[in-house]
Amino acid sequence: MVGWEVGRMDTTRSSPAGADGAEPVLQQHFDATIARDQRIEPRDWMPEGYRKTLIRQIAQHAHSEIIGMQPEGEWITRAPSLRRKAILFAKVQDEAGHGLYLYSAAETLGADRADLTDRLIEGRQKYSSIFNYPTLSFADVGVIGWFVDGAAICNQVPLCRSSYGPYARAMVRICKEESFHQRQGYELLMTMMRGTAAQREMVQDAVDRWWWPSLMMFGPPDDASPNSAQSMAWKIKRHSNDELRQRFVDMTVPQAEKLGVTLPDPELRWNDERGHHDFGTPDWDELMRVIKGDGPCNAQRTERRRTAHEEGTWVREAATAHAAKQAARAQKGAVA
Amino acid sequence: MSDDHVYMTLAEGHEDDTRWAYGTGFEDPLHGVDTAVPDGVDAGELAALCVTLADDALVSAQRLAEWTTRAPELEEEVALANIGLDLLGQARLLYARAGQIDGTGRGEDAYAYFRDAGDFRNVRLAELPNGDFAFSTVRLLVFSSWRLAYFERLTAHRDPVLAAIAAKGVKELAYHRQYAAEWVVRLGDGTEESRRRTRRALEQAAPYLGELFTAYDVRDEVVAVLRQVTDAAGLPMPVYRPLPGSGRTGEHTEHLAPLLAELQGIARAHPEATW
Repeated sequence: MVGWEVGRMDTTRSSPAGADGAEPVLQQHFDATIARDQRIEPRDWMPEGYRKTLIRQIAQHAHSEIIGMQPEGEWITRAPSLRRKAILFAKVQDEAGHGLYLYSAAETLGADRADLTDRLIEGRQKYSSIFNYPTLSFADVGVIGWFVDGAAICNQVPLCRSSYGPYARAMVRICKEESFHQRQGYELLMTMMRGTAAQREMVQDAVDRWWWPSLMMFGPPDDASPNSAQSMAWKIKRHSNDELRQRFVDMTVPQAEKLGVTLPDPELRWNDERGHHDFGTPDWDELMRVIKGDGPCNAQRTERRRTAHEEGTWVREAATAHAAKQAARAQKGAVA
Repeated sequence: MSDDHVYMTLAEGHEDDTRWAYGTGFEDPLHGVDTAVPDGVDAGELAALCVTLADDALVSAQRLAEWTTRAPELEEEVALANIGLDLLGQARLLYARAGQIDGTGRGEDAYAYFRDAGDFRNVRLAELPNGDFAFSTVRLLVFSSWRLAYFERLTAHRDPVLAAIAAKGVKELAYHRQYAAEWVVRLGDGTEESRRRTRRALEQAAPYLGELFTAYDVRDEVVAVLRQVTDAAGLPMPVYRPLPGSGRTGEHTEHLAPLLAELQGIARAHPEATW
């Protein structure tokens, strides 16, 4: 998942041109690579602003994967069938894997995973606002797959063409896995809708709670997101927030009809003239509150990550100490 | 890659719909295997053995799932989930086999969700709380060393279904044991604190070793593995005095019932539901 927060651009320009005056040439080469839709690779020269913006975007994406394990992870031990348990366990494991590749992609830009983790648990870097909402029933597992992973796919498929090579390649694999996640969520909901009245109520309730926060995943409306322009120019970002949101709504409406649930928006209707669905306005004040840390679960999510990290300190220290002792023993053996 | 193409395929039907999440697809080890109970094999005993081995795996998988979002590092999140998924897969196959032969026609979920603690036959070692990473790792080392040795014997079982399940499990368990052994060595050798915690974990696990060694004689093999690992870790091999009672006869610690309450709660609240 990609938080739109990345739109807050680091506008630092590259360091002053070196004495050799090579930078303008490098900048030209970079600009030409972007213009030709070719990839920037880790060893290529890149403007400092591009590097910093990417590190921040990729780190926020990685953090979102890792924090995003929590809302669903709690249901692995409670999943009501062994098949659902296996599917959910594998899904949450995939998210850990996505976090790993993304932190690795950020490391190709000179970032350090431990430092990025510190920034997350100290609240200095953000993750997607959606994970600050609670999961209240097993139907939430299905709705998260359908809406949240669906919205993530809308955001992420264009990133498979991101100008930065390692990020684009990581996104190809991640998008494949996200599509499994979305389908398993939808399939769970289909099964529940064919079940008991209580199950159908659980599904509708979860849809009611997750619809608006899911629309907020695309970020504020375009006229309130002025900083996206540089990311679009750098081809880090490919479509505007509103374009992606519209795409998500248009895709989801027929799926909701097929499922037999009502999306909680009285203004939602097909507009023949536009060839798209019209829909209501999300509560942008709520989005701002959640982003600033006042969502229902912000403190809980960060605290869990902090606790796991802190309680794991002695384990990581032990691994490091063992590796150092091994190296010392090997060296001693080689000398002797 | 066209955005729209990738995007639209999500809403369409798929032929590979049995594989919902990455990693859940697995080859059916029972494909082409005759599921009739062979002559001379006692169906009741075979079913009881399958349930026992399934209970060990399910309870262990449940404990491993509790590590999710709590592991010391992301690589460990992935590894512990892998191991949990393997054991969950073993449990499902073994319950399915029990249901084929015990005359009840029950499915996997009937065994997992609709039996009480006293009906479970897992060893108590599996149900103990996770404790710290040292205890979970030591427990995994003991459990996977025993289960690997046991499954190796079962590959020659007269029931071809159980033998096939065991053959699949052996490959998985060899990885589990290797993962756990590597960590026990790292922790034993690492720092003062990791050494202290691991030594204590071995002492805590020791009383529960005895009940593992009830059928087939794999004790010597398992003890030899544990000795090799503790030697490499520079830790003393724990001495064990068996605790009275056994999970194998349904006598459990106070930790199993709460574990099952969490596992079974939703399924039991909606007995008519399909998931």
